[in-house]
Amino acid sequence: MPLRAAPVSVLTVAYLDAASTEPLHPAAREALMTALDAGWADPARLYGTARRAQMLLDQARAEVAEIIGARADEVSFTSSGTQAVHSGVLGTLRGRRRSGHRLVVNAVEHSSVLNAASVHERDGGEVETVGVDLTGRADTAAFAEAVSRPGTALACLQTANHEVGTLQPVEEVADACAAAGVPLLVDAAQSAGRLPIPPGWSVLAASAHKWGGPAGVGVLAVRKGTRWRSPYPEDERERRRFPGFENVPAIVAAAAALRARAAEEAAEGPRLSALVDRIRREVPRLVPDVEVIGDPVARLPHIVTFSCLYVEGEALLTELDKSGFAISSGSSCTASTLRPSHVLEAMGVLTHGNVRVSLPRGVSEGDVDRFLAVLPDIVRRIRASLGVH
Amino acid sequence: MWRRRSSGGASAETREAPEARETQQTPAEPQSDLTIDALGRKCPIPIIMLAEQINVVPLGGVVAVHADDPAAFTDIPAWCRLKSHGHVATYDLPRGGWSIHVRRNY
Repeated sequence: MPLRAAPVSVLTVAYLDAASTEPLHPAAREALMTALDAGWADPARLYGTARRAQMLLDQARAEVAEIIGARADEVSFTSSGTQAVHSGVLGTLRGRRRSGHRLVVNAVEHSSVLNAASVHERDGGEVETVGVDLTGRADTAAFAEAVSRPGTALACLQTANHEVGTLQPVEEVADACAAAGVPLLVDAAQSAGRLPIPPGWSVLAASAHKWGGPAGVGVLAVRKGTRWRSPYPEDERERRRFPGFENVPAIVAAAAALRARAAEEAAEGPRLSALVDRIRREVPRLVPDVEVIGDPVARLPHIVTFSCLYVEGEALLTELDKSGFAISSGSSCTASTLRPSHVLEAMGVLTHGNVRVSLPRGVSEGDVDRFLAVLPDIVRRIRASLGVH
Repeated sequence: MWRRRSSGGASAETREAPEARETQQTPAEPQSDLTIDALGRKCPIPIIMLAEQINVVPLGGVVAVHADDPAAFTDIPAWCRLKSHGHVATYDLPRGGWSIHVRRNY
């Protein structure tokens, strides 16, 4: 039987979900192929091929450290961004057990932070959640007050929100934490490779697949002088910080992607940001009863989120998928999770009918044109099906 | 994760850490001019029902929306903000869900 060509729609899908994962950067692909041949051996051994793997690993560590503003010996590679966050949170709490059991988190952190906080609470620790304003920005004064309370072992704040793109006041909160003598864990998953890492962190977590590296590589940096004890059993890997055989080729590819991405960002960041501005401006003009959420200025260059009144989010994403758009939503009145997004809920904005557009590197202006062209009719049809005209 | 309770008459404009909501007492629910029963209905249906019926009550009148979809707890106050109607307060219902009071402003 002859092979049939894939339907046209499959070939022309516009990928607008970079916040979930960024497509592999060409520099990462090239580095990965090379390192699969050169860096497969066990870096903990002593023969030539092993030493070469160790050298590649050290080089990747030095490159990543330089870009995130850390010393190489402060940087460990983990098997995901989530693992970096979990161990960053739980390891710092463990290292500071004698200082107290209070953990302060921002209400709109990634679920990995909140899940680690739940473990801490389950184990008898105390968790204080600091609220955000309507744009999703943490309340700096409330944060400062929360970290100044006695017994605070750790505070957590993301660089930018993963659902709405709003930048967080990391530097102000870092100052407050420093004044209180409390370490600050900064989750830089959404901004690393796109924006400089703000100074002031004690512990930093990031994830390679968000900047165009392969999945399965996370970064945890712990500042010299910050007490941290691995929550895992130890072995000889990663200076005893993370157990398990390192995925050297993927780590090398992750570093290559970060370096390439950081170098391109001066041109690509403003281009994506201008496209986001256009979506922010056009969507409310083209579609009635829409709220564009998140900070319009102090935001990531590539994320824009809006909510459409009287529209079921899942129906909207399904229709966009049929029209050739890979897009996701922060909200989830979906079959799999019956709870609305904790981010949108904490902000106090509409949680239904939510669409998060996040632009990958190299996205074409034509994809954005086409998105703006199909969206109004899709929303109108879904509303009509619910009797809203 | 936290559980949500009613904001107990707090203004819709103040957003607190969700735990803060739990500690507040729920006052007795006052009378409303119209009650919309959206229990068991998923968002956005409760909001569509509210939008269709808000003009049934006189200006300044209060509609009570009974809903138990967790999204309604946030989305009805958000709708009030977008549509310049007033979110008066949210009260727990004894059998689960909330009675969310909305004042018609125009």
